[in-house]
Amino acid sequence: MHSDMNKALNPYIAGALSGLLIILSVLISGNYFGSATAFVQLVGILEKTISPERMAQIKYFIIVEPVLSWQILFVFGILIGGFLAALMYRDFRWQLIPTLWKSNLGSSKLNRGLFAFIGGTIAMFGVRLAGGCPSGQMSSSILLSVSGFLAMTIFFIVGIVAARLVYNGGVK
Amino acid sequence: MTNLLYGLIAGILFGFLLQRAHVIRYDKQLGALLLKDMTIVKFMFTAILVGAVGIYLLSGLGLLVISGRPLILGGIILGGSLFGIGWSMLGYCPGTSWAALGEGRLDALIGIVGMFTGAALYAEVYPFFERTVLTWGNYGNITIPDALGINPWFIIVPIIILVSLVFRWFEKIGL
Repeated sequence: MHSDMNKALNPYIAGALSGLLIILSVLISGNYFGSATAFVQLVGILEKTISPERMAQIKYFIIVEPVLSWQILFVFGILIGGFLAALMYRDFRWQLIPTLWKSNLGSSKLNRGLFAFIGGTIAMFGVRLAGGCPSGQMSSSILLSVSGFLAMTIFFIVGIVAARLVYNGGVK
Repeated sequence: MTNLLYGLIAGILFGFLLQRAHVIRYDKQLGALLLKDMTIVKFMFTAILVGAVGIYLLSGLGLLVISGRPLILGGIILGGSLFGIGWSMLGYCPGTSWAALGEGRLDALIGIVGMFTGAALYAEVYPFFERTVLTWGNYGNITIPDALGINPWFIIVPIIILVSLVFRWFEKIGL
């Protein structure tokens, strides 16, 4: 029973349902999925609270207005949805070092933490420059934008090469 | 206000699906990058194709207007490469990291802190990129059908066939 509950939903079905969800979201509220802008807006809101004078001088916050937005609620929703599903299917587990990492790269918490932090910093800087993260580029691809397909291709090609380097050429 | 509520609901449903399909997990994300497990690729491209069919049908019915997203080669090539590097180190994406945190992954939380740092850094140096990289190869909001000057269904149908064949191959070789 327990192992049955933890079985993953078929990725094609989950993908198709997510596609329908995007269509509904666009139809009902006009919003395509995307997550990276939420990070900028949340940082902007924080800077606005700490030092409004300084925040006002940062040009990027004029382009991406730091206000409570659809996208901020969307990423909080993802957190809640993930948590609810994990609870309902008894999948919730605190974990710092993923299995694949541990069996290949060891159990140093510091190493995993540093890679996660630096990786997150570089990844977010990159998606801001590229104009969208994978969920945003999914929306861009749905619109058949050249940019969406090109960005996805580059994400995967560079990611595949870089992952080889992280894993010293392959998985044990 | 209603708009915010729609965002929350869409996020909860999407987060639920992401968790149930396990696509938010580090092992699945790196599994794809190490060419061992294509679960996230199956998920993403099925969502894109279903979404494209729906959005272009609605546009055909006159229920919405489609415009492409900006294509700036400098930004996409440099930014996309940086994302690829960061993604291989973190193993979560900006959206999926929140659901990973939702199922208790602490490295996803560290990644989220890193992503806030990256967003703050980008905001600081944005004027430099605006003058340089983001002016290189700006083609505007262009879609593939625009670029080729053809009906979008001549793009959607062949992509569906191509992606289906790739999926069949994935299943055949057990990826």
